[in-house]
Amino acid sequence: MAERKIRVLVAKPGLDGHDRGAKVIARALRDAGMEVIYTGLRQTPEMIAAAALQEDVDAVGVSILSGAHNTLCPRIVQLLRERGMDDCLVLVGGIIPQEDITRLKEQGVSEVFLPGTSTEDIVRFLRERVGARA
Amino acid sequence: MPETKEITSPEQASVERWENETLEPVLKKRPERRRRFETVSLDEVGRLYTPADVEGIDFERDTAFPGEFPYTRGIHPTGYRGKLWTMRQFAGFGTPEETNARFKYLMQQGQTGLSVAYDLPTLMGYDADSPLSEGEVGKCGVAVSSLADMEVLFDGIPLEEVTVSQTINAPASVLLAMYLVVAEKQGADFRKISGTLQNDILKEYIAQKEWIYPIRPAMKLVIDTFEFCTRHVPKYNPISVSGYHIREAGSTAMQELAFTLRDGIEYVQWGVDAGLDVDEFVPRISFFFNAHNDFFEEIAKYRAARRIWARVMRDRFGARDPRTMQLRFHTQTAGVSLTVQQPLNNIIRVAVQALAGVLGGTQSLHTDAYDEALALPTDKAALIALRTQQIIAEETGVANTVDPLGGSYFVESLTKKMEDGALDYFEKIDAMGGMVEAIEKGFPQREIQESAYQYQKSVERGDQTIVGVNKYVMDESDGMPILIINEGVRDQQVERLERAKARRDAGAVSNALEKLKRAAAAGDNTMPATIEAVRAYATLGEVCDALRDVYGLYEEPAF
Repeated sequence: MAERKIRVLVAKPGLDGHDRGAKVIARALRDAGMEVIYTGLRQTPEMIAAAALQEDVDAVGVSILSGAHNTLCPRIVQLLRERGMDDCLVLVGGIIPQEDITRLKEQGVSEVFLPGTSTEDIVRFLRERVGARA
Repeated sequence: MPETKEITSPEQASVERWENETLEPVLKKRPERRRRFETVSLDEVGRLYTPADVEGIDFERDTAFPGEFPYTRGIHPTGYRGKLWTMRQFAGFGTPEETNARFKYLMQQGQTGLSVAYDLPTLMGYDADSPLSEGEVGKCGVAVSSLADMEVLFDGIPLEEVTVSQTINAPASVLLAMYLVVAEKQGADFRKISGTLQNDILKEYIAQKEWIYPIRPAMKLVIDTFEFCTRHVPKYNPISVSGYHIREAGSTAMQELAFTLRDGIEYVQWGVDAGLDVDEFVPRISFFFNAHNDFFEEIAKYRAARRIWARVMRDRFGARDPRTMQLRFHTQTAGVSLTVQQPLNNIIRVAVQALAGVLGGTQSLHTDAYDEALALPTDKAALIALRTQQIIAEETGVANTVDPLGGSYFVESLTKKMEDGALDYFEKIDAMGGMVEAIEKGFPQREIQESAYQYQKSVERGDQTIVGVNKYVMDESDGMPILIINEGVRDQQVERLERAKARRDAGAVSNALEKLKRAAAAGDNTMPATIEAVRAYATLGEVCDALRDVYGLYEEPAF
């Protein structure tokens, strides 16, 4: 099997500017040997899906702390699927109430990581899920 | 061992004696819990502080009396014995009606000042009906798109009597204009209005990232508000230079101190360059700091802040009025320290952080609610946060004495260390040409990112303990009631916006916006035209679009 690094798009959708988490995750994933593309702030779901397709990523990590997750996340999943990225994982990190987590997962989000999550847990999750598909 | 000829002071000699005779035998029998003890900023803390650690600190010159230069021990000679700090809880969510009700509730419970949280569309200068506002209206704060919203927000709240702090930055001049027009409609005298506008755009580029325009025109807007307020609203604080967000973005305590005060210097320099007199406008510059977990480090930070500011104002800017040299600040407990896990533990974190703010001599304080790592606070959580302050103020006795930690070997030596570290950063930033240039080079941004990453690694190694997260972890299944923002807020806000647009004189709006563009393009003060525009019910988005046309948009340097 050819050595292919796991490719992840780290994205900040919506108007929220809190990018501490997104940047820490991006660096931790890079340090774990993954290819990471960070979109920068204020990306629309359309921009995120287009970047995911262009960069041919295995996963999209979305960071949202503003409460707009119920609007933004399902749309990102939907746009990825419309572009034929059926296997692309969608990870969400941020301040997400418990009852929203269940709904987001039903709508196709692979996993939701809350404040306090270790970056190692996210690395492990990506390795297991992307590795299993290879 | 190489021979050294260091001069040992009697103080150092007595420490050495204690180390040899008393400490060493104990360490041999029982080593300490860890090899290195460090603060939450990952800065090493010594075992013991003694007179040897404060040898270079002169009481008269460096510490002195409260109410006297360099104000290390506080700006008031009576501390909190004269007046307690202002209990100012940051609040805002949903519609202006809902936030107005929360304001009135908090005031009934003994809160002494108001503080408005605006939602993200407002912070970014977009109206509720903008496509970019979808999913965000009323979520992180209250939604305000025009004067019609502002009128509801402050309905029944006399702006001549209550001091209101507004957390708004990129479009701050527009919200200030709306606030003043509401006050005018209440019949208030501008010369009696006091309160605070955050209006600190530099820390937006550094940390919080809610920007609109490029840095230099954005700085010009800030200076416009300084000029306008100095002349017409003299008791109002047109800026709150904020370290809070710098810290939340991951800086150390020392970086928070250094970047915030260096931002302050930048504003003063721009004001002076615009022809303002330091002793006229600087007394109304206020500050805003974080209160994080490491108790003594925080207290030292506040004490150092006062000392540095006093000296910089006197020596760098030639201030003569003591009020110019007195750093006044607001404190908020560290949102970033709150945990989703075992959320009631946050009450204790907040209490300890708030105590640090008080022992550091804060002028006003916001205590976070225990459920804020989950959502905006419920009424119950917001009430406990306020009660925490009231207990500190009225039960613990800490407000009875001025600067009770002054003279502590540890606190004085840490205060000096904070000061020295900040001055080193000033030197670096001055060498780059100033803070605007440093930000353009990405310097403070990179320093903060690096600290944030090192902290995360330290937590994951277990070097830094977070109770409930990496130690004393429990399985938790019981959900906690949280505040749910009604998804219908946007529809209600769009409706009010449409009604306001239908009622207004469209000609007056477009005239005022044209006038604003001309003032912006000519480099004139934009405040008069901004006030005229909002008085005619030009919306926030329309006013910001007019300025976007003239100034353009900020582009963040690549990560």
